[in-house]
Amino acid sequence: MAATTLAPPPAAEDTFLDSNELVLNMGPQHPSTHGVLRVILKLDGERVLGADCVIGYLHRGVEKIAENRTYQQFAPYVDRMDYVAAVSNGLGYCMAVEKLLDVEIPPRAQAVRVILTEVNRIASHLLWLGTHALDIGAITPVFLCFREREEALKIFENYCGARLTTHAFRIGGLQYETYDRFEEDCLAFCDLMEEKVKEYHALLTGNRIWVKRTKGVGILNAEDCKNYGVTGPLLRAAGVEWDLRKAQPYSGYDKYDFDVPTAESGDTFDRYIVRMQEMGQSCRIIRQAVGAIPEGPIKGKVGKVIKPPPGEAYVSIEAPKGELGYYVVSDGSLNPYRVRVRPPSFVNLGALDKMCRGTLVADVVAIIGTIDIVLGEVDR
Amino acid sequence: MEELLANPYVGPLVLTVAIILVFPLIVGYMVLAERKVLADLQVRLGPMRVGPYGVLQPLADALKLLLKEDIIPARADKWIFWLAPVLSVFTGLTALAVLPLSDRLYVADVNIGILFILAMSSIGALGLILGGWSANSKYSLMGSLRAAAQMVSYEVPLGFATVTAIMCAGTLSMQGVIDSQFERGVWGAFDNYGLMLIPTVLFIIAGTAETNRAPFDLPEAESELVAGFHTEYSGFRWSLFFLAEYAAIVVISALCVTLFFGGWLRPFPNVELLEIPFNTVFPAGLCLLIAFGCLKGVGKQVVPGFRFLMAAIAAAFLGAAGLFVLPLTNELVIGLFWFAFKLGVMVYLFIWYRGTFPRFRYDQLMDVGWKWLIPISMAGLVLNGAVQLLARG
Repeated sequence: MAATTLAPPPAAEDTFLDSNELVLNMGPQHPSTHGVLRVILKLDGERVLGADCVIGYLHRGVEKIAENRTYQQFAPYVDRMDYVAAVSNGLGYCMAVEKLLDVEIPPRAQAVRVILTEVNRIASHLLWLGTHALDIGAITPVFLCFREREEALKIFENYCGARLTTHAFRIGGLQYETYDRFEEDCLAFCDLMEEKVKEYHALLTGNRIWVKRTKGVGILNAEDCKNYGVTGPLLRAAGVEWDLRKAQPYSGYDKYDFDVPTAESGDTFDRYIVRMQEMGQSCRIIRQAVGAIPEGPIKGKVGKVIKPPPGEAYVSIEAPKGELGYYVVSDGSLNPYRVRVRPPSFVNLGALDKMCRGTLVADVVAIIGTIDIVLGEVDR
Repeated sequence: MEELLANPYVGPLVLTVAIILVFPLIVGYMVLAERKVLADLQVRLGPMRVGPYGVLQPLADALKLLLKEDIIPARADKWIFWLAPVLSVFTGLTALAVLPLSDRLYVADVNIGILFILAMSSIGALGLILGGWSANSKYSLMGSLRAAAQMVSYEVPLGFATVTAIMCAGTLSMQGVIDSQFERGVWGAFDNYGLMLIPTVLFIIAGTAETNRAPFDLPEAESELVAGFHTEYSGFRWSLFFLAEYAAIVVISALCVTLFFGGWLRPFPNVELLEIPFNTVFPAGLCLLIAFGCLKGVGKQVVPGFRFLMAAIAAAFLGAAGLFVLPLTNELVIGLFWFAFKLGVMVYLFIWYRGTFPRFRYDQLMDVGWKWLIPISMAGLVLNGAVQLLARG
């Protein structure tokens, strides 16, 4: 056997139960790390002493690619970051460039943008719910969630031809008019979701094992959330009522009446409840928006060639996973000088170690699931 | 020929060989049933490609597993790695020997049958532990540690529930337990004025844990430990573990059916009036229903071979219905039918759990075992003992 140098074992009194630590490598090929996340766990038996994330297995240099593309050319790339919520990504990027250009978006385009973004939020939450439940060992919800998500994807498909990486919006507004029966489809989807969310509640919320597995697991309180820059449902589950749609309304969100669901303790169960309620609130927004889509043009005054004046713009929106920010710097040329993305998954993942310490191995997968990461967005 | 049949070893030997040959096939079809039932719970179809409605899927799977490359990890302990699945499958299949498949169909009716089954399932745990240990992988090791802790913990309530049933029946022989239920005119589960329901429920819960099925499937929790103790196993060795797991399910279900649900007895075995409906109409009707369903499906099949297969299955079930109608053959197969039927219901229950429940966490599993199941099972034992003492004198 080859001579290997082993690190000296830690002093027994430093470890739980006087045993030695075990370092367990989880991923990048692991059933429940949601893609190619690699977590190095330091274990004492089943107890987690620490978790180290190794990321970058899906790094494609998206931000650098932006510097070599025109503004319009880069728009489809952003869909490939958080590919589960591609519409939100598109919205954020388009809004950042629109801010640089200083154009006004027609109200009709704004309303359609809101509808599609909210449909996408539900689709994203559905995927989260299915995989999260699967991680905790409930194998049925994932199929039910995908069944409903299919309806959302059908709306995208009918609208713009694509299902996942939609590239639904264009800088300045929309490329396509809504299709016939768009309103009916959206309303039918809302009806369906409101009914199906009850079904998910019946399957999981009252289930003793589910509650036991999620209550008190991976607690992240409001103070920690702020320190780590954690946003989205994680922050709201900790009791902070912070939703960019309310806090700094964009794309006409101030016209719609909706609540920001919050919870108290910031554990996995609360995050589950918050996301479930958010699906209901999204339905509420869709209903209001569909009922009042204004007539008019769908694209603002944007030229064929987009050449923003030199300057910079930062726009952040409330993506399904948290605050999604786009910082675009223009030097006056056809290509952006720099595009920087603030992905919610990446920032939220930073709190993994904090949430994992002292829990058990089984909780780690539950916590990875509850953060709701998409590795395309973490690695970019 | 006469001499041969008179030899007391011939019958059991033939049955043993038959079990060893047929059991893998039964397991294959149990897996198919599991996949189909799960698919039904999850709004999918399940296997549909290999044969009509996927009925040939088990054969294809078995063939695939046999042809796979046999990998032993370089740093594994070869001999123990080799031994572990053999040990698991050996104990699983051996325990089948004492199962009373019907009033006349069993390999052996030993006077300590129940103890034998419990002993075998305990040794079976060793296979899991050794398999996880010898692979020299951290995931396997954690899986096997969990398996060890879980099986040791849950054997206690399982044992208490079994002891309660034995006390109620007054014998350790499997056939004896069924006979006593016949004599008392009530299934074990409802004996002692319904108090036997406590050990029944506990037995089902602890039995699920003992067989490492969801929601107690921690030793192979796929979302945490990839595949737990058999992470490093592949091909035929892996399928041996698989076989052992399903053998354990059959054994635990059979034990449950025997102890609490009257084994091969029909429901209400002492009511003469129900003889015809339960022993002829029900099984024959069930077979006819399946045959009718298959015949209806013939037209839907596009491949000619599949049509023939569907028709053949329908014919087989028609033949089975005939077996139940003729009094002479009915007597031979009715015990086996009721045993298989009850076993099927138990297995369905296991699949249903799997489709419904999330998985327990390791510490919660121990909590449930030690803080709830064991005290309740002990209380159930004492309570049933007291009632029995007062009622039967």
